[in-house]
Amino acid sequence: MSDLNQLYSEVIMEHYENSPHRRELKDATHKERGHNPLCGDDITLYLKMNGDIIEDASFTGHGCAISQASTSMMIDLIKGKDKKEALRLVQEFIDMIHKKDVNLDELGDAQVLQGVSDFPARVKCALLAWKTLQEIL
Amino acid sequence: MKNIDIERIKKDFPILSVKPHGKRLVYLDNAATTQKPIEVIKAMDKYYEELNANVYRSPHYLSVLSTQAYEEARERVKKFINAKKEESIVFTRNTTESINFIAYTWGMKHINEGDEILLTIAEHHSNILPWQMVAEAKGAKLKYVYLDENFRLSMKDFKEKMSEKVKLVAVQHMSNVLGIINPVEEITHIAHKYGAKVLIDGAQSVPHMPVDVQKIDCDFFAFSGHKMLGPMGIGVLYIKEDLLKEVPPFLRGGEMIDEVYEDYSTFAPSPLKFEAGTPNIEGAYVLISAIDYIEKIGLTNIYKHEGELLEYGLQKMKELDFVKLYGPKDAKERGGIISFNVEGVHPHDVATILDEEGVAVRSGHHCCQPLMRYLGVPATVRASFYLYNDFEDIDALVEGLKKVRKWFK
Repeated sequence: MSDLNQLYSEVIMEHYENSPHRRELKDATHKERGHNPLCGDDITLYLKMNGDIIEDASFTGHGCAISQASTSMMIDLIKGKDKKEALRLVQEFIDMIHKKDVNLDELGDAQVLQGVSDFPARVKCALLAWKTLQEIL
Repeated sequence: MKNIDIERIKKDFPILSVKPHGKRLVYLDNAATTQKPIEVIKAMDKYYEELNANVYRSPHYLSVLSTQAYEEARERVKKFINAKKEESIVFTRNTTESINFIAYTWGMKHINEGDEILLTIAEHHSNILPWQMVAEAKGAKLKYVYLDENFRLSMKDFKEKMSEKVKLVAVQHMSNVLGIINPVEEITHIAHKYGAKVLIDGAQSVPHMPVDVQKIDCDFFAFSGHKMLGPMGIGVLYIKEDLLKEVPPFLRGGEMIDEVYEDYSTFAPSPLKFEAGTPNIEGAYVLISAIDYIEKIGLTNIYKHEGELLEYGLQKMKELDFVKLYGPKDAKERGGIISFNVEGVHPHDVATILDEEGVAVRSGHHCCQPLMRYLGVPATVRASFYLYNDFEDIDALVEGLKKVRKWFK
């Protein structure tokens, strides 16, 4: 069960079950829905931009542990960053999921999702939030 | 396992010895596609080793063999679903193409503004989207029949929605999510009283129970080869004999013509009129072996076997207090399909953990988004059985679900 240990690690389950970012952002400047029509993962991402800076971010929605934890970890990572840096980190994450060499430490908690790259059927779950953020920015 | 010799059957399916993640394969995704017995796999080779040629065109030895094989397949399918005439059997790619075929041909010609098309809320997308297309193009209206409190089609609702305005009733024989078997004979009888035609999506019924299209008396019937031990890419459309002239050709081109002039053409008689281009001859030929295999075991035996599995499965799963089942509480008039959710766990996570145990199930909306919305869930997990499954497979599923509960407390 070592693969599953990687997929459903404590960090991932913590983000899935108790994410501090799961809320609606009342004064959001950007709101975007992302969903995987085949499996039913469905999130809405909220951003509050101040110029180029992502001042606040949050999400609502439902889906599997991977999609929800990934969204929460992404928000952890990009909050307070400027647009350019956020997009760079998004690309780092996408590269990691596609098994490319990246600087894992830059990705914070989200680096634990590296294990998803061994579960091809779950890749799109992990990428949902990140692709949605790319759309917004 | 009193209805069939399960140990012997298991040996006929080479893929069952694959070991996913080092575990015994427990294949419970039969509503998506079925595995193939060795006879079917061998038939694929035999076609290309011994009789490959294009059909109807050439007078040479191989072409005669392939044409005979293709026509034998039609004859076998005719008998298999008890159609009256071979002309009624049209080979397509799959159920989806068969339904689209009728939507684009008969539907676009005979459904008009203000007409109604009656569907059920449990239909697969392939029996919804083609009719949305017709309704939009022709200004017709789609109506849905809903379920009763026991997840069965409400015949009361059906009767209330039938009227002279309804030109077509398109209904599944067996639900790919709930497993319910709809009373298609009664539905057809009532629809015909109002002058409506009836199309039956038989993708889930034909592989699992005896089907008699004359007894049902439906006008159109669609199913796929790959869900009944046959190869991918071969499907069947049945058109009742008195409608063969009323249905225009779908695709046009080679093989389906009588005479072609610069500005007009006349068509070959049915069924060739409906089969433009080189058909899937290999698929039709291999389908014969699939039918042979099913008939050797017997559809009544298969149906009873799956009924036993269903009863056992429902009983075992009801004992798990963290599992919610969708579908009738009883196993009567129902195919071997169990849809469920594990409390607080997304179906995708359930399916991934089960996969790690070698248990193959589907998770998601099963191409039935309107039904999911009606049930109030974004998705479900689905276990679906076939003749090579046994009680041990269900025990493996139940043990897997207990592991899911351990991961997601």
